[in-house]
Amino acid sequence: METGTFRVKSGMAEMQKGGVIMDVMNAEQAKIAEAAGATAVMALERVPSDIRAAGGVARMADPTIVEEVMKVVSIPVMAKARIGHIVEARVLESMGVDYIDESEVLTPADEVFHISKHEFTVPFVCGAKDLGEALRRIQEGAAMLRTKGEPGTGNIVEAVRHLRLINGQIRKVQNLSKDELYNEAKLLGVPYDLLLGVHETGKLPVVNFAAGGVATPADAALMMELGADGVFVGSGIFKSDSPEKFARAIVEATTHYQDYKLIAEVSKNLGTPMKGIEISKLHAAERMQDRGI
Amino acid sequence: MKIGVLALQGAVAEHIRSLEAVGAEAVAVKRIEQLEQLDGLVIPGGESTTIGKLMRKYGFMEAIADFHEAGKPLFGTCAGLIVLADRIEGQEDAHLKLMDMTVARNAFGRQRESFETALPVKGIDEPITAVFIRAPLIKSVGKQVDVLSEYNGEIVTARQGSLLACSFHPELTDDVRLHAYFVEMVKEAQALRA
Repeated sequence: METGTFRVKSGMAEMQKGGVIMDVMNAEQAKIAEAAGATAVMALERVPSDIRAAGGVARMADPTIVEEVMKVVSIPVMAKARIGHIVEARVLESMGVDYIDESEVLTPADEVFHISKHEFTVPFVCGAKDLGEALRRIQEGAAMLRTKGEPGTGNIVEAVRHLRLINGQIRKVQNLSKDELYNEAKLLGVPYDLLLGVHETGKLPVVNFAAGGVATPADAALMMELGADGVFVGSGIFKSDSPEKFARAIVEATTHYQDYKLIAEVSKNLGTPMKGIEISKLHAAERMQDRGI
Repeated sequence: MKIGVLALQGAVAEHIRSLEAVGAEAVAVKRIEQLEQLDGLVIPGGESTTIGKLMRKYGFMEAIADFHEAGKPLFGTCAGLIVLADRIEGQEDAHLKLMDMTVARNAFGRQRESFETALPVKGIDEPITAVFIRAPLIKSVGKQVDVLSEYNGEIVTARQGSLLACSFHPELTDDVRLHAYFVEMVKEAQALRA
């Protein structure tokens, strides 16, 4: 019997496929998310749009919030640690959190090094905006990936950019010859073996979800259409007018992402989605996606 | 022979790959109309609360009960096992209620307790590689249920006529012997229906 193997860690992410993982800030929201059909919840002190509004340093949530959420739902509970913050990650692991998001949404604790995730029993998910970042995170032990997008903006454009880029890069790598692969590994800053795997299989070795800017059922379906394995919704649900309806609609649109009549049906009378931010209005320092490359 | 994999949520592609590896034609099933052309159905691993909710929403509860009534085999893995069970510990209601057993969800604990092990299974020669992820256990079974494997004295694989269920994820490994076992069940059922 062996715990914490890569297959056990990445397999857990495989079980989330086709599902929606929702950000929640308390037990009540966690119950709403579970009842709406979320496959997991991300327990946070503040959703990304509030983190933007509040400014200052964003850290791991108060363990009380995480514990409270773990108590009321039977689905997996994820929580965020700052990039490179080994101790926040160990604390979350000790509490029995099911998945840790080493996340650029929080203020990085280390501007150079990510956590060496192989040494943990708990699996990690990390953000990536291109194939280089994706394979570097896998090399460090991430068992699940997600696009970075631009969190807390309610604007899908960056998540689309990242997913299209990664999938385009995978198609390019598939067509390279062996000698070109060596150079491509150097250019991307990734280990040759992982790149060879992508070349041979035409896919990443772990699940890749969409995240960062999903605000409507149609946004979620768009990301599935573009090849995401599932969807994280952060501020989109509990910053909307009617979280319960929004949550249910996003779950259904993710499952039936090519059934446009159904998406039309579930999108009716949802009320106002979160307001959203035009990306070009963000200052360079406000771009979370540029953290931890 | 055509086998469906219920594709509302969960590890669908892996089951399709494993079924194809043992010579079956496999398709993802999202609508009840698709069941008609199938000879067997896999209910995959995923989150049982999500899968159960979506099954109710889209009429799969009645449709799969009819499918079973017609003598067509079902195979539930992990969340799929929970969906098949008559009783779920700590919950008033269950989902399909087709298999005479009581199951416990997340019976080993949280994700950090997830594990893999070599598991002997009745009817399969050598132990198979079994990956248990936030896995359920079968706490008790009725008389017509045949226990196929146990782990530390607890039931993790069982069969009741044309129903097969396991707590672990055979679809996450290259070991396709349990899928081959299910394909045999589908063949036998086909012969009976003919």
